[in-house]
Amino acid sequence: MLILECPCCGVTGEETEFHAGGEAHLKRHSVGSTDDQFEEYLFMRENPRGVHLERWRHNNGCGKWFHAARCTMTLEVFGTYPAQTYEPPQEIKDAISAKRPGWSWRNFS
Amino acid sequence: MSTRLKTGGRFTDGGAQLSFDFNGKKLKGVEGDTLASALLANDQMMVGRSFKYHRPRGIVASGGEEPNALFNMGGTDDFEPNQRATVTELFDGLKITSQNHWPSLEFDIGAINKHLSRFLPAGFYYKMFIHPRPLWKHVYEPFIRQSAGLGKAPRAQDRDPDTYEHFYHFTDVMVVGGGVAGLQAAYAAALTGVKVLLVEQTAHWGGRAPVDGGEVDGLPVGNYVDNLVAELSAMDNVTMRTRMMGAGVYDHGYVLGYERLRDHQPAEIGPRHRLWRIRAAQIVTATGAIERPLSFAGNDVPGVMLAGAVRDYAVNFGVSIGDRTVVVTNNDDAYRTAITLKGLGLDVPCIIDARAGGGGALAEDAKALGIRVENGKAIAKVKGTKRVTGVSLCVQAGEGAELEEIACDAVAMSGGWSPVVHLWSHCGGKLIWDEQQSHFRPDAERPPMGATGEGFVSVAGSANGHLQLAELIGDAHGAGLAAGRAAGGNAAKATIPEGAPTSENPVEPVWLMPQGAGIKLRSKTWLDYQNDVKVSDVQLAAQEGFESVEHAKRYTTLGMATDQGKLSNINGLAVLSDALGQPIPQTGTTTFRPPYTPISMGAIGGEARGKVFQPLRKTPLYEWSDTHGSDWEPVGAWRRPFAYLQPGESVHDAVNREVKNTRENLGLLDASTLGKLIVKGPDAGKFLDMLYTNMMSTLKVGKCRYGLMCSENGFLIDDGVVARLDEETFLCHTTTGGADTIHGHMEEWLQTEWWDWNVYVANVTEQFAQIAVVGPNARKVLEKLGGMDVSKEALAFMEWADGTIGGFDARVFRISFSGELSYEIAVPASQGLAFWEALIEAGEEFGAMPYGTETLHILRAEKGFIMIGDETDGTVIPQDLNLHWALSKKKEDYLGKRAHQRSHMADTDRWKLVGLETVDKSVLPDGAYAVEEGVNANGQRNMFGRVTSTYYSANLERGIAMGLVKNGPDRMGEVIEFPKTDGTIIKAKIVDPVIYDPEGAKQNV
Repeated sequence: MLILECPCCGVTGEETEFHAGGEAHLKRHSVGSTDDQFEEYLFMRENPRGVHLERWRHNNGCGKWFHAARCTMTLEVFGTYPAQTYEPPQEIKDAISAKRPGWSWRNFS
Repeated sequence: MSTRLKTGGRFTDGGAQLSFDFNGKKLKGVEGDTLASALLANDQMMVGRSFKYHRPRGIVASGGEEPNALFNMGGTDDFEPNQRATVTELFDGLKITSQNHWPSLEFDIGAINKHLSRFLPAGFYYKMFIHPRPLWKHVYEPFIRQSAGLGKAPRAQDRDPDTYEHFYHFTDVMVVGGGVAGLQAAYAAALTGVKVLLVEQTAHWGGRAPVDGGEVDGLPVGNYVDNLVAELSAMDNVTMRTRMMGAGVYDHGYVLGYERLRDHQPAEIGPRHRLWRIRAAQIVTATGAIERPLSFAGNDVPGVMLAGAVRDYAVNFGVSIGDRTVVVTNNDDAYRTAITLKGLGLDVPCIIDARAGGGGALAEDAKALGIRVENGKAIAKVKGTKRVTGVSLCVQAGEGAELEEIACDAVAMSGGWSPVVHLWSHCGGKLIWDEQQSHFRPDAERPPMGATGEGFVSVAGSANGHLQLAELIGDAHGAGLAAGRAAGGNAAKATIPEGAPTSENPVEPVWLMPQGAGIKLRSKTWLDYQNDVKVSDVQLAAQEGFESVEHAKRYTTLGMATDQGKLSNINGLAVLSDALGQPIPQTGTTTFRPPYTPISMGAIGGEARGKVFQPLRKTPLYEWSDTHGSDWEPVGAWRRPFAYLQPGESVHDAVNREVKNTRENLGLLDASTLGKLIVKGPDAGKFLDMLYTNMMSTLKVGKCRYGLMCSENGFLIDDGVVARLDEETFLCHTTTGGADTIHGHMEEWLQTEWWDWNVYVANVTEQFAQIAVVGPNARKVLEKLGGMDVSKEALAFMEWADGTIGGFDARVFRISFSGELSYEIAVPASQGLAFWEALIEAGEEFGAMPYGTETLHILRAEKGFIMIGDETDGTVIPQDLNLHWALSKKKEDYLGKRAHQRSHMADTDRWKLVGLETVDKSVLPDGAYAVEEGVNANGQRNMFGRVTSTYYSANLERGIAMGLVKNGPDRMGEVIEFPKTDGTIIKAKIVDPVIYDPEGAKQNV
């Protein structure tokens, strides 16, 4: 059972306080997109052994969505950050780089 | 025979006499006994029949690893199967029966299977029961069900009378295992000043050390243990628990502890088991090691036992397994058993040591006691069926030619010791194969890692591969200090304890005895006692291509069931490795999963049972309904009245009365559970346009509009009426079950996609009581109560208004889910009951009666209104339900719009909503499928439709139904067939789903 820190209210809580919400930083495709783009958006997900950026909601707390940068192999948490962003902030990228030099995830590295 | 010795035992000395019941026989035991030691003291060597071949089986071990001695325990309500005798402490009046036999333990019909054993090889079930397929249902499945499973399941109607609880605990260091290593580690960790939790699964501190002997700091190890326990007990920062197992280690230092509080004293008051939910910064597993059996023919005959267990029973309980015990080993430790037995005056005819070079100092001690030692020898086979009568001696290097028969009534075997690495491995700790000691042990370089990327588990003592007291005591001390410091403790000054060194010859791996045993011997050589897996089975699996250890496990069942292969895994994978011609580390182990040994379902459930299983959600009218005949229906966490029963009425009668009364007079419905979400802000209209398929931004203040919500992949997720309260504020009604999820859905899009839009959402579901006033007399009762104009002119269909009714502040919606003249009236929740009672009283002269959810369903089905969850199931789109009119063509985008353009969604052959009218007026079964000629790829009848809602309509005096049928709307008038589960068929005509008042004349008055 993971321990995560909600970047919105600052609470460090047990996993049961949160709800996992799948991959972070999805680009929404809608009307006007090709079938391939729409399929990619709806169904295609990363499943890495290692660095992963994912969405969580503090649903038994402040109710806010946030993102976590985590290693799926070791369960190490590199950091959490608010969901209102299109890419991980620099300090999160730096924190990952410090532990996993040369990491990449989708088009982030 | 096995018997109680006059010499006494560490745990049983001075204990009171107890009596217990075994298969109806009254037996005597002593306080301090385990059930296993008490059975052995009564010469009850045979304790059960094996799972597959029903061979007689005896007790093999003395701890939690025991595979054979499993019993049905208790009577009716407290019945539990598969209780291990070795960890069950005896109490007066304990009642058990043995498992897996019929008609009796001594004479068992199923034992015929052993003569069929060559027809029951590995993978037998997979091979045998595949063909012919038609035999599966009536022959194979009943047979497998009959013989499947260990023990009996408790009866469904029985209720566990005991209570259980969960307990939360936070600590700096947790030490699992209260043997000498665990005690030492806990002591060292506590010296650093941190908070320490030490748990031991048995009732006693010290583990094996006091039985095995040795010295620490010049003291006999038993005394050293006593001193440590006394010191730890006096430390304020240390919590100690016996009878508590570290069950599992999980992410980020989460540990489950399983404490058995009353199993040994059932008459006491209080919870039976307690599940500890622990967070520890550092965990030290001092879980010891488990002795491995040796693989020789007949190693499952009752009387063959692990050498360490034989020693435990003798020293701890004063119980001897036999008068003449042959010891067979590949290591020095088993010599301790021979020496112990000899010291108690028992006969040890021979120590059979598979190693050509024999043992070290202990072997010399044994010889000095006059015990015959045979080096380089093996047991070819054990003689006897229900009890050992002798062993056949042979050379280990040969094929099993008998040199001589040695008469004996017990065999103490030792195949070496395997560290208990389970807790280390649960959360990802890796293992290395220790060639010298022939076992897997934790690889300190690759521990389970916590949130910061640092290891949070370390290992101490024999669990770490240190089998000698002199090594393990220092190792444990170091592990405790390191854990304490890693958890934030101080550098502590402490002298490292010193154990007296011993000189032992190394273990030699012996995976088969004798080395060249032929197929006849191998087919009687058991690896896994609990699942009846033999050496020959694992070899066959390898031969048939099951090369992965995980596959071989599942194919042969090696290491499955309640003991999870604690005795068999290493031996099994060694045999597999040998058969595959690869080294053991390359084969690897199967996955270690928690719990370490089975824990009770009661402990997992804790207090969450009965009324406190889940908090009930109650509307303000709950008490009133409960005292007025409500037949309650669970709707999510809510309870809603299904119908209101009048005295003497059946549920069916009540529903029919409510249906007719609402259509003809006046019905009142508690609609408070409907979700009510306030969506407010400058961008509220724009936001709702994205969430609903219809246009909401154009809704006028004072008006209502029915709306549909789809997920991004186009499927219907919710529906309801939206009211515009003012320019910036909308009130969105959701389904009862959808209130929380749709609130979450809105928050998700607002926070993660359109976070720059100025919108707030608030869930006010419980702030209001909402009552539907329905039927031809609806307006009359409201006018009688008075306060606001509810005429058609002032408040038309699909409008809402604020005002007062009968003195209550009310928001009145002219909306209808029944097709009748209908008002849904929201009042503050605190006023709900008073308002309801006012309506009941004022409505009496108009025939007012409350109605429940079943009437609500029937009324809406007569009108062809869909219900989320009946007509939809997560695969249905609005077009399937002929709701095209609710899909905006003007809007550029909304959730689901793009998905509706995908080819399968736009397919013209989708199943679509129709009404179904049974030819014989009967009620269609819910979920029934419409079938046509031909079969699909799975050999099932082709299906082209199904029933989604079906009721008896008292108004129409026949069954009514809706369903989804391929091209349904184009097939009006066609009669289709729905087979029932009893083999008969119901015919139904495809009709318009709107049966009642298609023009809407009744509701629009």
